[in-house]
Amino acid sequence: MNSASDTIAAIASGLAPSGIGVIRISGPEAFRAADEVMRFSGGRSAAASDGHTFLYGTACDEDGSEIDEAIVLIMRAPHSYTGEDTAELQCHGGPYVMRRLLMRVLSCGVRLAEPGEFTKRAFLSGRMDLSQAEAVMQLIEAENESARRAAVSSLRGDLGRRVSAVRAGLLYETAYLEAALDDPEHISLEGYGSRLEETVKGAQSEIEDLLRMSDEGRVFAEGIRTVILGRPNAGKSTLLNLFSGYERAIVTGIPGTTRDILEEKVRLGELLLILTDTAGLRETSDEVEGIGVRRAYDAAEGADLIIYVVDGSLPPSAEDAEMLKKAGERPVILLLNKADEALAAPACDYEAALGRSPIVFSAKEGTGRSELEEKIREMFFREEIFEGGSLTVANSRQKEALISCRASLENVLNAIREGMPEDLYTVDLVDAYTILGMITGESVSDDLINEIFSRFCMGK
Amino acid sequence: MSHSESYDIAVVGAGHAGCEAALAAARLGMKTVMFTVSVDSIALMPCNPNIGGTSKGHLVRELDALGGEMGRNIDKTFLQSKMLNASKGPAVHSLRAQADKQAYTREMRRTLENTPNLSIRQAEVAHIDTADGRVCGVRTVSGAVYECRAVILCTGTYLKARCIYGDVETHTGPNGLMAANHLSEALRELGITLMRFKTGTPARVDGRTLDYDKMEEQFGDVPIVPFSFDTDPGSIQREQVSCWLTYTNQATHDIIRANLDRSPLFSGVIEGTGPRYCPSIEDKVVRFSDKDRHQLFLEPEGAYTNEMYIGGMSSSLPEDVQEAMIHTVPGMEHAHIVRNAYAIEYDLIDPRQLRPTLEFRKIRGLYGAGQINGSSGYEEAAVQGLMAGINAARSLKGMESVVLDRSQAYIGVLIDDLVTKENHEPYRMMTSRAEYRLLLRQDNADLRLTDIGHEIGLISDERYERFCRKRELIEAEIERVNHSYVGLRPEVQELLESFGSTPLVSGIALCELIRRPELGYEKLAPIDKGRPDLPADVREQVEISVKYDGYIKRQMIQVEQFKKLESRRLPEDIDYSRVLSLRKEATQKLELYRPVSIGQASRISGVSPADISMLLVYLEKYEKESQNRHEQD
Repeated sequence: MNSASDTIAAIASGLAPSGIGVIRISGPEAFRAADEVMRFSGGRSAAASDGHTFLYGTACDEDGSEIDEAIVLIMRAPHSYTGEDTAELQCHGGPYVMRRLLMRVLSCGVRLAEPGEFTKRAFLSGRMDLSQAEAVMQLIEAENESARRAAVSSLRGDLGRRVSAVRAGLLYETAYLEAALDDPEHISLEGYGSRLEETVKGAQSEIEDLLRMSDEGRVFAEGIRTVILGRPNAGKSTLLNLFSGYERAIVTGIPGTTRDILEEKVRLGELLLILTDTAGLRETSDEVEGIGVRRAYDAAEGADLIIYVVDGSLPPSAEDAEMLKKAGERPVILLLNKADEALAAPACDYEAALGRSPIVFSAKEGTGRSELEEKIREMFFREEIFEGGSLTVANSRQKEALISCRASLENVLNAIREGMPEDLYTVDLVDAYTILGMITGESVSDDLINEIFSRFCMGK
Repeated sequence: MSHSESYDIAVVGAGHAGCEAALAAARLGMKTVMFTVSVDSIALMPCNPNIGGTSKGHLVRELDALGGEMGRNIDKTFLQSKMLNASKGPAVHSLRAQADKQAYTREMRRTLENTPNLSIRQAEVAHIDTADGRVCGVRTVSGAVYECRAVILCTGTYLKARCIYGDVETHTGPNGLMAANHLSEALRELGITLMRFKTGTPARVDGRTLDYDKMEEQFGDVPIVPFSFDTDPGSIQREQVSCWLTYTNQATHDIIRANLDRSPLFSGVIEGTGPRYCPSIEDKVVRFSDKDRHQLFLEPEGAYTNEMYIGGMSSSLPEDVQEAMIHTVPGMEHAHIVRNAYAIEYDLIDPRQLRPTLEFRKIRGLYGAGQINGSSGYEEAAVQGLMAGINAARSLKGMESVVLDRSQAYIGVLIDDLVTKENHEPYRMMTSRAEYRLLLRQDNADLRLTDIGHEIGLISDERYERFCRKRELIEAEIERVNHSYVGLRPEVQELLESFGSTPLVSGIALCELIRRPELGYEKLAPIDKGRPDLPADVREQVEISVKYDGYIKRQMIQVEQFKKLESRRLPEDIDYSRVLSLRKEATQKLELYRPVSIGQASRISGVSPADISMLLVYLEKYEKESQNRHEQD
């Protein structure tokens, strides 16, 4: 948790392209930060201006290069939305400029606002009455949820994977250090400094790499992880082959032919699907097939979207309903396959049995394909499904975290170089670990203690 | 007609928690009775023969600064002393002393028996009497009634204890002592939730049958550093006894693996949860199968006996397997076992039922301390006993309770973890559990806590004056060092050169020179003209405070943040189901733990930062509403 006395900033206008963009800075350092970022004519400054006035100037980077022209609105406490000193930078907008400007503001000792934090401060400073308190809570909840979703989606994507790998390395080293400090008679730190230096340098260059990529405005998107599920012989592999345009999977009439996971990247207009075929879901005594079934469920767990294929030549079954339930809470599209043969029951019967309306489909002949594609697109733009790992909503937050992580790692290296005692390394290692957790949406809790016990043989 | 007596406080159990609780209560003027199933087992050390160690040494130092007994008692009775991690940073230095077990017991008993207001009674307590949700007495198995206003439960591992090795199982406490079989049921009747843990101890062997030539000798430190800030270091520099290091090997591991099916741990006879930090040798061999050897420390049980404790080899394997595996170890080929290793299972209370004062939330005047709260270790037990004793006494006197927080002491970390976190195994203190460990050093425990100990009334005026003098000397010297300047004198450049340090190009503050990694306060003595003659403990504090100033300041900033959340108290009667938008899991957890502050709430697993935001907003609303009510009244 953060104290209410520091200064925070965020883009207050949303990141969608628009005519004008607003960055709000609130807290005791708001005017100082605005003066640091802005160049005003005639020696004027935000700090010296009255409340409810505005200044015109140019926002500049640390090296003096111009970012954008901006108007700065000055609001003095308590006459602002938050009840604190507030400066609002209005500029020409555009996601790239807005982000660059925000990063510049954050480089002035200002912290990125938590979801709903402006509103929370408004309430806490008495700017809102009691009846609005519940609305504030709901707002925090909603914004937290969207931040959480963004974190979760980045966790599954490329960024998440790379950050998690760095994190795991840092946790291991911290646990080793701590285990040695707690049990010096069993675990030695002889020559440890140089080993740690190597790990930290590796972590640092990875962080640098990620920062460079975000500077270039590259998106870490890798596509919508789409997993095809269904009972054996429902036509899952035929579906994969239909999309990939060639015989990617072996298709036979024998149930249980696909025993492992097959993956294929498929372009759907502007969207990229990573289509995964899985083994048919059934109770099986065949060991190899059993492993395939387990993998299918694992794949479903990490999916952004599930396409569940039902064999329309068979009547609706409780088994399908059961499997669908097991597939978890991910977004699901239901396909009623084998429409080329006679359906065993009307589509509405399947809908009643399986709880969602199916798309009537023939993987063999391609019937229903455009409907399916339309459905996926619709769900994506309604944000019912997320692209794994896309670096969108939480961009500035993630970048801020990467920057402070880099600083913590630098502190570790300094401590090693200066020959500080080993126990001081962990101060910054744990900081770096915690900060990276903000990107992946994981909290620290008892990670360290558990890692110590699981990795190192401790004790008497 | 049954026997009846009246006391202020009854302490159930005379282990390390019980002793500290009873001493604190009696010294604070409470008429106190301490029950034990055997007077001969007062302050018994049924497992390892040492006090202190990493982070546990910190606990003993803190206990001492607050006026507890353990530090003084081990200073009187140690056989060997060592500062662990001495080559590492000051925050992780930890003192550990090998104890003469019998001497330790005897000395503690002498202290107890000579403390006014304190009676010792050999009896098994079977029942806690309550009236209107308050404790009013205890009853023994024989039916005797002892009226009292507070009870401190320090039952250790004795509740429904069961000792096991192989297929042999006895319903006894440690060392074959009588188990306490009645109290568990009585606690359940009071609505208290119990759990079951297990722990274990290694075999003891006859020292005459060991071949020390095949082991590495482990010496104690010279000079010896005392545990107690009250002990004059000069008075304890004595001859020390050695410990011995040897290793298991492939043959040992083969025997263990071949007999795993006969281990009650693996066959499922033992259901209790064991500790991960103190695994049995069979556990180590299975879980860390890549290690081809494990260290074993042979430690003397006392000067009065040949018995040696095999540190690192706790086990519940059958007798014949224990014998066979011990004989594979270099130096123990012909070892003769005196006592078998065994595992022990026991009842404990779920510590989440306790307030941070260690009083049960549901029953006023009932406290728990030590292993009954799910901790492990003599030191962890002792500090809880002390805090429970202090708080029981203060509560009866109508005084404010004493709760140390995580930024003040390891004691605070320990108790906060016990009452706030879910524990599945006996809880051992570790330095990595303390967030602000750079501030919570063993060397400055007196600086952190003597004020509190004195105010409580367990630190004498005389000792307090001595402490205040030390503190003044430290502060004055830090002040001097920060404001002394070193000029470009030839002897300065010479000294810097001799330590491989860059020569000066202009004058510099003395504190800056001390901070150079290759230099330090002591090393700069020859060029520091105005330096007063100061005692070693004062010089140590100056060195650490100046040298690690940067890190210390950073932690102090973190502590400020932490204190803000700690100081936001949650009302006792808060109804979490009325806090809108709290997630269900958070509501349930908050109802269960009933944290005293926002800070404590934030440490409960399952309570997210968003939930904390909700609570803060709700709290604001709650306070405004009650303010409005006041204004209307």
